[in-house]
Amino acid sequence: MDLLPFLIISALKTLAIIFGVILPMVSYTVYAERKVSAMIQDRIGPNRVGIPLTLFGFKKDLFFQGLLQPIADAVKLMIKEDFTPAHVNKFYYWLAPALGVAPALITLAVVPFGSVLNLDPILVPLGNWFGAKLAFGPIPMVIADVDVGVLFVFAIASVGVYGIVLAGWSANSKYPFLGGIRSSSQMISYELSLGLSVIPIFLLIGNLNLSEIVQYQITNGWLILPFSWNGFNWEKLLMWIPMVISFVVFTVSMFAETNRVPFDLPEAEQELVGGYHTEYSSMKFALFFLGEYAAMIAGSSVIVTLFFGGWHLPFLPDGSGTGWLALFWGLVNIAVFFGKVALLLFFFIWVRWTLPRFRYDQLMKLGWYFFFEIALANIFVAAGILLFLPK
Amino acid sequence: MAYTVSRPKLTVSERMYFPAIASGLLITIKHFFKMLSGKREILMQYPEEKWDSHLPEHYRGAPTLVKDEHGRERCVACQLCEFICPPRAITITPGELPAESKFAKVEKYPEEFKIDMIRCIYCGLCEEVCPEQAIFLRKDYAITGLSRAEMVHDKKKLYELGGTMNGLVHKWNPLK
Repeated sequence: MDLLPFLIISALKTLAIIFGVILPMVSYTVYAERKVSAMIQDRIGPNRVGIPLTLFGFKKDLFFQGLLQPIADAVKLMIKEDFTPAHVNKFYYWLAPALGVAPALITLAVVPFGSVLNLDPILVPLGNWFGAKLAFGPIPMVIADVDVGVLFVFAIASVGVYGIVLAGWSANSKYPFLGGIRSSSQMISYELSLGLSVIPIFLLIGNLNLSEIVQYQITNGWLILPFSWNGFNWEKLLMWIPMVISFVVFTVSMFAETNRVPFDLPEAEQELVGGYHTEYSSMKFALFFLGEYAAMIAGSSVIVTLFFGGWHLPFLPDGSGTGWLALFWGLVNIAVFFGKVALLLFFFIWVRWTLPRFRYDQLMKLGWYFFFEIALANIFVAAGILLFLPK
Repeated sequence: MAYTVSRPKLTVSERMYFPAIASGLLITIKHFFKMLSGKREILMQYPEEKWDSHLPEHYRGAPTLVKDEHGRERCVACQLCEFICPPRAITITPGELPAESKFAKVEKYPEEFKIDMIRCIYCGLCEEVCPEQAIFLRKDYAITGLSRAEMVHDKKKLYELGGTMNGLVHKWNPLK
């Protein structure tokens, strides 16, 4: 592909995925968080914000079960006073929210969120109308199809902790400071098991590229399942054991990585006021909020890609080919991917409103004594299975 | 002396975390689906549905002034409520009754009676201390206003909220 169409397509994909999917998804994850928590606690949750038709002389307001609540929240956060306390270290204070939100969004660059999308049925008539030749062929639905794949995810995702640490340090106040310390020590104890837990996958597949990992799962069955689509297979059944262990360790580590309950020690509202974002207000606080939920979505995307077959659903074709049907299946693949992500996000929320927070020492113990060793042993189990059961 | 709290002895499944976590998740999802299917109807949509008709007789809402059955104001501006009020929400300006009145030089009357509803803590001491049975806590609880001045109830507002109270109210010694 030439440079200019490549740049245009990449920019369009980035814009579409961030402004078309991730940001709406973040705001509606917040809505889902409030709604699900309410229902778990036998409440109703936000159900008021709608269209105030009575202001324009109509008889009734439209409530839509409060579905417009995220928009009201966003408007509120944007028009609030942006207060910078006098005692903060201004440079890092301003830098921290950006560092909190950017890594989560960058992580999504390497995740394949769909098969291919062939936009030619729309673009060719459009090009003819303008008198230009517009035909891109099938466009792969991943922004950057890099071979380091998962390593890129780990590298960028762990930068996210700098946002929290800098916020905690620059605020020059004890509670944010404690939150920052907790965040950094939590990261040290969980990054290890996060990285080690996925090595069995690479041993099995022999590739770090996330698109290739999805392709492998399409031919050999999802890694979380003990069977494949094409017949019974001893290797697959035996490899299921380390894969499940990998999945559990990886998911728990992802909870810690995204600062979700039961590992939300850096925030810990009951102990640390608001944790690292105590001194923040308005849009800077909203950026932390956005970063946290975007990190949740990015983490869920990685879990879906690694274990749940990415955009693949059995017996659904991908978007390769030409014509409207291919375009339709390409869109269905994208919808399947984000459907799976949404299910995992529900799981994240469900866990948050069930479990109490771990104590600081319990978290260290869990990270260093258990998950690190389990992930390490798991590598040897997977390697042993692969050694004694050649294809 | 140090007191040793014995830690509970955990079974293997409890130490594994996961069975306990799974059972916890089961409990919460049960509540979730019960709420989703609408089987739980213990909630009240507040501004549309109110608990007002179920408020008990002894409910302590906003303090108000009452008139007797002849439309006379009961308050004699003795200022006992002003003195007992813990947050000092009540301000009374006592005034003399006009000379032609039957009770001139005998009783006073409140020229102005103000209760600052931002300060009021709804304790009901004013009602308890009043010897003339003039001040009562009624059932209004949603006291709102757009400014501090609006939140100060003056005499007119207090009588408007209080209305009339007929006869003797046995507030200290209820009739057996």
